[in-house]
Amino acid sequence: MADVVVEQGRRARAASPRKKNASLRNVLGRKSSVAFFLTLPLILLIALLVLYPAFYSLYLATLNKAMTKFVGLGNFTFLFKRETFWMVVRQSCIFAITAVFFKALIGFIVAHFVHNIPGKKQRKWRGMLLVPWVIPPAMSTLAWLWLFDPSYSAFNYTLSFFGVGPIPWLGDTFWARFSVILVNVWYGAPFFLIMYLAALKSVPDQLYEAAAIDGANWWQKMWYVTLPMMRNIIAITTLFSLIVTFANFDIVRILTSGGPLDRTHLFATWAFQVGIQSNDIPLGACVSLFMVPILAVAAIFILRDVNKRGNEA
Amino acid sequence: MSTLVIDKAGPTRKLGSMSRDRIWALRWSYFFLVLFAIFFLTPPVYMLITSLKSSAEISAATNPWWVFHPTLSNYVELLTSNQFLRFFWNSSIISIVVVIVTMLISIPAAFALARMKFWGSATLATGVFLTYLIPDSLLFIPLFKMLAVIQDFTGITLLNRWYVLVFIYPTLTVPFCTWIMIGYFASIPKELDEAAIIDGASWLQTLLRIFIPVALPGLIAATIFAFTVSWAQFLYPLVFTTSIDQLVLPVGITTTLIKGDVFNWGQIMTGALLGAAPPLVIYAFLMDYYIAGLTAGATKG
Repeated sequence: MADVVVEQGRRARAASPRKKNASLRNVLGRKSSVAFFLTLPLILLIALLVLYPAFYSLYLATLNKAMTKFVGLGNFTFLFKRETFWMVVRQSCIFAITAVFFKALIGFIVAHFVHNIPGKKQRKWRGMLLVPWVIPPAMSTLAWLWLFDPSYSAFNYTLSFFGVGPIPWLGDTFWARFSVILVNVWYGAPFFLIMYLAALKSVPDQLYEAAAIDGANWWQKMWYVTLPMMRNIIAITTLFSLIVTFANFDIVRILTSGGPLDRTHLFATWAFQVGIQSNDIPLGACVSLFMVPILAVAAIFILRDVNKRGNEA
Repeated sequence: MSTLVIDKAGPTRKLGSMSRDRIWALRWSYFFLVLFAIFFLTPPVYMLITSLKSSAEISAATNPWWVFHPTLSNYVELLTSNQFLRFFWNSSIISIVVVIVTMLISIPAAFALARMKFWGSATLATGVFLTYLIPDSLLFIPLFKMLAVIQDFTGITLLNRWYVLVFIYPTLTVPFCTWIMIGYFASIPKELDEAAIIDGASWLQTLLRIFIPVALPGLIAATIFAFTVSWAQFLYPLVFTTSIDQLVLPVGITTTLIKGDVFNWGQIMTGALLGAAPPLVIYAFLMDYYIAGLTAGATKG
């Protein structure tokens, strides 16, 4: 008790001669100004290195190749007339939708298998199955490139025992698209697996017991209990993955660089080739801007789901 | 609430009291799990197999799935090559600095957004989340041009320098880390920091003495995320750096080891494996935090 009194007295004495300092401390102590200073670096970062470049790219897209003249929508009309552009649009959509579908499917199936086995062993299996997600995609894609090698392909070596002729994994349009999607599925499925596994574990056992008492079979349990309980996670994970897959760069760049004959180019890789390698920055900016509508739609849906989830909790 | 869920036990089932159906379901589960594990683990295992082969054995086209004359010469060669060590060093220093910068920006911001309701705080939190959804492939061209303009204007060399990546990477890591830290901070009971304030703690003391220790699991998950993202980033360094001494590991391996007609696959696979090693080692030791960060990311705190 005595200590407290002494402490307070000392503080009062120390504060009185320096009134100016005290008022400054008062301002600093006020909640909103503290909050402002704490979030200032974040705001600056987002404003200068995310928002500004985003709008800058809108401006860049309206310039000519030498970036000396304003051409309005000239770059856009030029793109619309190019066949490669429409090919890239179609390929990006095929790539993103197919890859996300198979990632979600494999993730869902494997999550059920992992959920089925005894708890102690789940950890080990989960740890093993998540490895593709942990390896940097640029590194693992190199391994795939080597597996797909035209003359030394380990897959073709194995398939030759089954009498299946050498497959041109990256040389033929169909197989190149197939390979690119396969690698993306391989890389992304573990993410779905983990998300779905977490969702499966959050379904209370009582619901299944109640369904079993009501005489539900396996499909009915899945359709009326598991899927409705997982709906939110499935929606968010799928939309997330759609954004990431649609904007993918690493895998296509390393595996095919867009070839054969631009048949595997996505928006990101084509924008890189046009904007950086061919040095036509405005056109490259223009190409990458075409990702915005799809990303925006997905983002709006994610935001809606996330907010709904927040309100439920 | 995104509290760290570490479920080691799972549903407990007694083996003795199992019906025939369950035993068969279990067997099928294991069968398919093995199949999927083979699919998921083939590329990394094949990396390891190839990295142990000499160039002669690779070009002899013997059974690609087996090493007949294992050798560590690829590892020795890469680990004594100054160029490779330079890539490794660049990657390490960039990732470590980015992790520190990310934490310095996102922890205070998350604290303010989770605990101090101020004008626009809800909008800012949503904005942070939306920023996380903006991919790198949308921003690399304007950022490249921006850096070129700033370089011409100020005379400071920015393009083709590794340190510029330290400024760019936080755009990828900070939004996510802030987002999951908001979740972790929001899950801390209000009574805890109210008690601290009543005891005379300042905001800073509340953050350092209450929030950071209590939300440590979240902090570790965010740190792991920031590190793995900066270690794996490929597009930005590919665009912004070109000289060999400025490259980071993923770009260095793909551009310097794959050049010309001769692919030295033994070395490429060794490099890729060494490049994948740091994230894999972190994952092996901190798997639960890794997974907690992963699942917290897509759901609101």
